[in-house]
Amino acid sequence: MAEGQVSIEEYGTGNTSYKWNLKKIKQAHRVVFEYDYKKGKVVRGYANRTLYINLTTKEIKEKKVTDEMKEKFTGGRGFGLKLLWDSIKPTTRWNSDENEIIITTGPLCGTTQYPGSGKSLCLTISPSTDIICDSNVGGFFGPYLKFAGFDVLEIQGKAKHDVVIVIDGEKGKITIETAPLEETNTHHLNEQLTEMYATEDTDSSRQKVSVVTSGKGAEHSYWGCLNFSFYDIRRKVPRVKQAGRGGLGTVLRDKKIKAIVTKVEKVSGVSNNPADPATLTKIGTKLHREIRDFDRYQCNMRAVGTAHLVEIMDEYDLLPTENYRFGSFPKASKIYSPEFYKYFTKIIPDGCWHGCTLACSKTVDGFTVITGPYKGQKVTVDGPEYETVGCGANMSIWDPLWILEFNFYCDTYGLDTISTGTAIAFYMEMYEYGILNKERCDGLELCFGNSYAVLEFLHKIARGDDGEFVKIASKGIRRVKDWLIEKGWGETKLIEDCGMESKGLEYSEYVTKESLAMQGGYGLTLKGPQHDEAWLIFMDMVNNAIPTFKDKAEALHYFPMWRTWFGLNGLCKLPWNDIEPANNAETDEPPKVPEHVQNYVDYQKAMTGKKVTKEDLILQSERCYNWQRAMNVWMGRGRRKDDWIPYRSMGPVTKMEYVSRKNRYDKYLIEKIGISEKEVEEMNVNEKMKILYNYRQDQYQKLADAVYYRRGWTPNGVPTPQKMKKLGMDDPKMLKFLQDTIDKDDKAGLNVWGGKYSKGEEPPSIHPKYWEKW
Amino acid sequence: MEKPKTVKILKFHPEKCDGGLICEKACSKVHFKSDEGGDKSAIRIIKDGNSYKMHVCDHRGLCIDMCPVGALKRRKNGVVWLDKETCIGCQACVGFCPIGAMRKSDTRIEPFKCISCGACVRACPNDALELVDVNIEDIKEVVYHNLGVK
Repeated sequence: MAEGQVSIEEYGTGNTSYKWNLKKIKQAHRVVFEYDYKKGKVVRGYANRTLYINLTTKEIKEKKVTDEMKEKFTGGRGFGLKLLWDSIKPTTRWNSDENEIIITTGPLCGTTQYPGSGKSLCLTISPSTDIICDSNVGGFFGPYLKFAGFDVLEIQGKAKHDVVIVIDGEKGKITIETAPLEETNTHHLNEQLTEMYATEDTDSSRQKVSVVTSGKGAEHSYWGCLNFSFYDIRRKVPRVKQAGRGGLGTVLRDKKIKAIVTKVEKVSGVSNNPADPATLTKIGTKLHREIRDFDRYQCNMRAVGTAHLVEIMDEYDLLPTENYRFGSFPKASKIYSPEFYKYFTKIIPDGCWHGCTLACSKTVDGFTVITGPYKGQKVTVDGPEYETVGCGANMSIWDPLWILEFNFYCDTYGLDTISTGTAIAFYMEMYEYGILNKERCDGLELCFGNSYAVLEFLHKIARGDDGEFVKIASKGIRRVKDWLIEKGWGETKLIEDCGMESKGLEYSEYVTKESLAMQGGYGLTLKGPQHDEAWLIFMDMVNNAIPTFKDKAEALHYFPMWRTWFGLNGLCKLPWNDIEPANNAETDEPPKVPEHVQNYVDYQKAMTGKKVTKEDLILQSERCYNWQRAMNVWMGRGRRKDDWIPYRSMGPVTKMEYVSRKNRYDKYLIEKIGISEKEVEEMNVNEKMKILYNYRQDQYQKLADAVYYRRGWTPNGVPTPQKMKKLGMDDPKMLKFLQDTIDKDDKAGLNVWGGKYSKGEEPPSIHPKYWEKW
Repeated sequence: MEKPKTVKILKFHPEKCDGGLICEKACSKVHFKSDEGGDKSAIRIIKDGNSYKMHVCDHRGLCIDMCPVGALKRRKNGVVWLDKETCIGCQACVGFCPIGAMRKSDTRIEPFKCISCGACVRACPNDALELVDVNIEDIKEVVYHNLGVK
């Protein structure tokens, strides 16, 4: 492999090359409808209009972005929420005609000076959860969409035949074209479309095209992801980043969209026309230097990306192993990051958007595919990232090559590695208990560690196999739980406790059993159990920095709001705390990384020209966060019962798990629950597990009480109209709906605290309708 | 294309320098059509006690591998060259230059650097600067990519 100071032309991947008849493929396209638009200029981070496409009615129009919209919703995910509110109904489901796929940018998206500034936020009604799912993703599409003229792309309706949507920022033209001959799977489709739509046959021209695709797997499962491309001029392949969570790719294929292409005429360092480029350059360069000087001592992102977390999680007993039963494993060192480093291509600026020197997007080039339709071919595998390696551990796959194989097929089939891996891990555990077996799994021997069976399962999904198991299992853990219970296979409680889903979405890859705050970080979320709202395990467990319910609730207010802010602006969260200034540990609040928070205050101001404080940033998020929760309630899923989490995420479900951490749990019974040492010694495991179970369930409810109160919600988790008004979100339809819901909850006796408070303990408030006093 | 083996880099003779900064002015003329020198010059002469130091790019080329759009290349004559038209102003090269020789002026978003054009050499009234040939192999440096702290 080429290393260092090699001219770009000399780099090569060693991948199998394909020759397609692109002329023939292009000739088969038929324009279904089109729209010419006037190219505009991005002003201080905003294109100031959004693009609406309806595939059913064949309508394309521009919507104006008003100052009020910017004030209330900031941009990015916030704009997405506003547009969804205007377009869908509470009964809208993932496959309803009026459901939308929304791809948003955000005012800071497309900046090249500050690392991590190329993210798009995608929204839809998820097939897994029936509520809004938001997923953030890198790649060039978001910046290019904005530079082509639009802050948001909003797609409603369904096409009759497979189509490609082309947003040509060079010509100012949008076309919806049938696309019958293209491949569906990402790694091929991407190459075809990038070649086809590049203005010239040069790498710099191909770099000005970005494509959104999914794959065959997305058509037959609820795990469809969106792949966003970014053309790599050194490897000469369009690489991909995923909007993984919540089935966005499933919705894309349901709308019969094969791909969305956008291209731009030119990208420059000031395409966003920032108010103050000099300040932007100053803070960006400062961060580049921090990364240069400290990354190698901190996260080593530039060498191995997020995979550096594998060894840390294993060491702290947090790496999900065999469906989250354990947090570490003797074989885990086989999949530590150095094992992947051996395969990664080195010395390439691996940012998923220009100027991201944290450069975590690693690839393995020339990987020889082991199974399936592409067996024997050499391909580029994007990743694996920590979560994907974590899925390996969860399925007890300890071979880097099989993890790469899993990674490759998930990507090209358009499957979210997280949902797929977590779900398979659950099926494997059920297989181990005999609740599932070979016959019930359509002939698949889905036992822990069986890589062949995992891949065969993926191939079956992609082929649209109509076996009963494959059909249901590809819809995720929630559907399989219902199916097993309906069949009467296994105990309901065991099934419910083991399957790691909440709100219908599969968990991402962290063991939360021993950190109550992190249980809240997964359960008390908007879209479902994903670590992007809060990651509090170290603060809570290792440093014991948030001991009380009130402390935890404050953290579960601040961090979700802070992390939401990245999505409103089109940013990546990693450059906030995966690189820290040298003196961060000596600051007042190291977990907040105060110097970087100040960077973001300066950054937003330098872009928009509007003076802001760090408190304003949190306020921007709070508006959108509460809005999304309110919309969840509106869609029937945003209350305490919906914040339920499986017991596997709170404590030991099986005896084996208890015994594996016996000392820890025995000590917990004595120190936290106040049982005497002698009593603990005399109890059998079942008795101890039962006490632990009841205690931890109650702790979670008490945490929810504290968090709901802190967030300004009712004890049933409903945002109050008073809180909404305070935030400046005064939409009368929304306020009336919330008041009606609270009144209904009141009649049903649901506005009560969930925890059992004994003597000496107090709920967050003793006033029955505390919010009315605000 | 045959790879260049040598490159001309600037050599400074502090004993001849009188701190007149005419070199900087000549440099800013090349890069910005301005004779301001200072922030607009790729070469900087800094007072160092009773003497002077030169601060300028030595064409080691670490920045080449940092550029996401291929705007930085080693030219036929060995000079590390930034193509303004291709550059997208990300400042990765500025931030990662180990000696801080990739420069940025507030005037435009794209950085600039020494191109060994010799304008400063010609401008210096005291012959304190000269361009000398060095072997690229002896000076080249690549961006770190190792595991751990090396």
